[in-house]
Amino acid sequence: MVIGLSHYLIVAAMLFIIGVFGIFVNRKNVIVILMCIELILLAVNINFVAFSTHMPAAPGVNPIDGQIFSLFILTVAAAEAAVGLAILVVYFRNRGNIQVEDADLMKG
Amino acid sequence: MEAVSLMAPELLLAAQTLIVVVMSLFVKGEKQADVMRWIAIAVLVAFALIGFVLGRPQGTAFNGLLKVDDFGHYAKLIIGLTAALALVFTKSYFKAEKLDRFEFSVLMIYAVLGMSIMVSANNLLALYIGLELQALALYIMAAFNRDSLRSSEAGLKYFVLGALSSGLLLYGTSMIYGFTGHLDFAGIASVIETGGVNGGLVAGMVFMMCGLAFKISAAPFHMWTPDVYEGSPTPITGFFASAPKFAAMALIARLLFGPLEGMFDQWQQIVAALALVSMYVGAIGALSQRNIKRLMAYSSIANMGYALVPLAAGTVFGLKGMLIFMTIYVISSIGIFAAILQMRIRNGMVEQISDLSGLSQTNRPMALVLTVFFFSLMGIPPLLGFFGKLFAFWPAVEAGLWWLVVAALVASVIGAFYYLRVIKTMWFDEPAQDFVESPRSLRWITTGSALTLLLLFALPFISIPAQSLLDSAAAALF
Repeated sequence: MVIGLSHYLIVAAMLFIIGVFGIFVNRKNVIVILMCIELILLAVNINFVAFSTHMPAAPGVNPIDGQIFSLFILTVAAAEAAVGLAILVVYFRNRGNIQVEDADLMKG
Repeated sequence: MEAVSLMAPELLLAAQTLIVVVMSLFVKGEKQADVMRWIAIAVLVAFALIGFVLGRPQGTAFNGLLKVDDFGHYAKLIIGLTAALALVFTKSYFKAEKLDRFEFSVLMIYAVLGMSIMVSANNLLALYIGLELQALALYIMAAFNRDSLRSSEAGLKYFVLGALSSGLLLYGTSMIYGFTGHLDFAGIASVIETGGVNGGLVAGMVFMMCGLAFKISAAPFHMWTPDVYEGSPTPITGFFASAPKFAAMALIARLLFGPLEGMFDQWQQIVAALALVSMYVGAIGALSQRNIKRLMAYSSIANMGYALVPLAAGTVFGLKGMLIFMTIYVISSIGIFAAILQMRIRNGMVEQISDLSGLSQTNRPMALVLTVFFFSLMGIPPLLGFFGKLFAFWPAVEAGLWWLVVAALVASVIGAFYYLRVIKTMWFDEPAQDFVESPRSLRWITTGSALTLLLLFALPFISIPAQSLLDSAAAALF
């Protein structure tokens, strides 16, 4: 069996769906939500690199663009994780735990 | 050198963030936050005006990553001035809550830098970087009162849902890249024009629109809005309701009328559906609110729905209508939040609608300006809000979207109920409590923006240059 573009895309789509469902179904822990966000970004990276390596030659198309984009995503994901964890630490200091179901001070 | 003059606004902000951080090492003590705030306000005003001072340069910079045109100049004007006003009204609140730290000014400049890149993006990569730069600064601002549980919870919720929306947007970006082979907007547009529309492109467009709908808090992606608005410190909520909304709306316009123009038939349905759902979620959700910040959150959801109506028309006139509506919305939300910030009694801020009862007897000027704002948001004719809705709905009528306009008018009537309830509380209920004397800067902002909405007699003088500015801004995307 030859591994083609569609296989990569299916893997990426599965990771993406696991990530999105993880955010909505998970009622336990905020750290798990951060992991799900990373999973979504990872799925996008797989998509970009797979598209980039399978890009047919055409005038004006530079196939390396997608790989550069995925490097930018990695960088931004690191910054996002830093900001997210910082906010989580602040929240933990005030609340005492990081259960998702306890984050319900505001409703309506 | 040309790129430098084109990117002068962004370079100014980027340099200023570094200068402010370094200066904070030398300016210490009580004055530190004040000095940094005034520097940041001056820089944001300069940022807003620099494009006009340089004679509105046009062109693309950095190998076509960023595009500078009249649309971008107009958006930067509004964003810069709004952010400067938002910084002005943080002062008294932060002083009273002992939150006065200079880092806030740095975050504000970073957020505006991100918005500036968003509105001039000409490439999917620039779009993403601008959006993230803005969003990361906003997450921290929401959690800025780090000793308050509500503020940190607001920051946490904003972060989780914002990161999810960025993920959706990126997934869409990757699909559009994969099916066109281009990241730059012109390349995408030409591939769609010659190769036609296929399922992958539609999927990519839908994901991108979902991600962006989160950013403008259009329903059904609005869940974070009421919680974040309620939990964040009030001046920051006022900022959230204005500049980021305008920037995200401008970005949506740039995306839809630029690279995705060839998919008009597909995105028109999505924009119309988002508009319809937002208007009703906003109008009906606001009915049961007791907290004025939550009320404003639902009001902003509804207003984003109205702003999407002219975009669904897909014409130059529609784009102009969106810009007019958003400008008027931004003016009134800044004014309302400056008024909410004046709701201070001796032992702290209050934010329930019932706290406003009898305001006409205890503080008549404030009751009058709040009435002007709410009548303007309702769209009562002599006020500017009426013209906002007129220019928003007219293009949709011309494009044959009758059903959408009728639905929008019905939603406006439902919306009028909760605005009128606030007005009734202020004018006809028994006085509850006296607010303490509010700082002069806040009173200036409320009065100024109320007069802007009211000044119909000045309209002939300002409307002619404003019209030509808006016309050239809207025409820049076609």
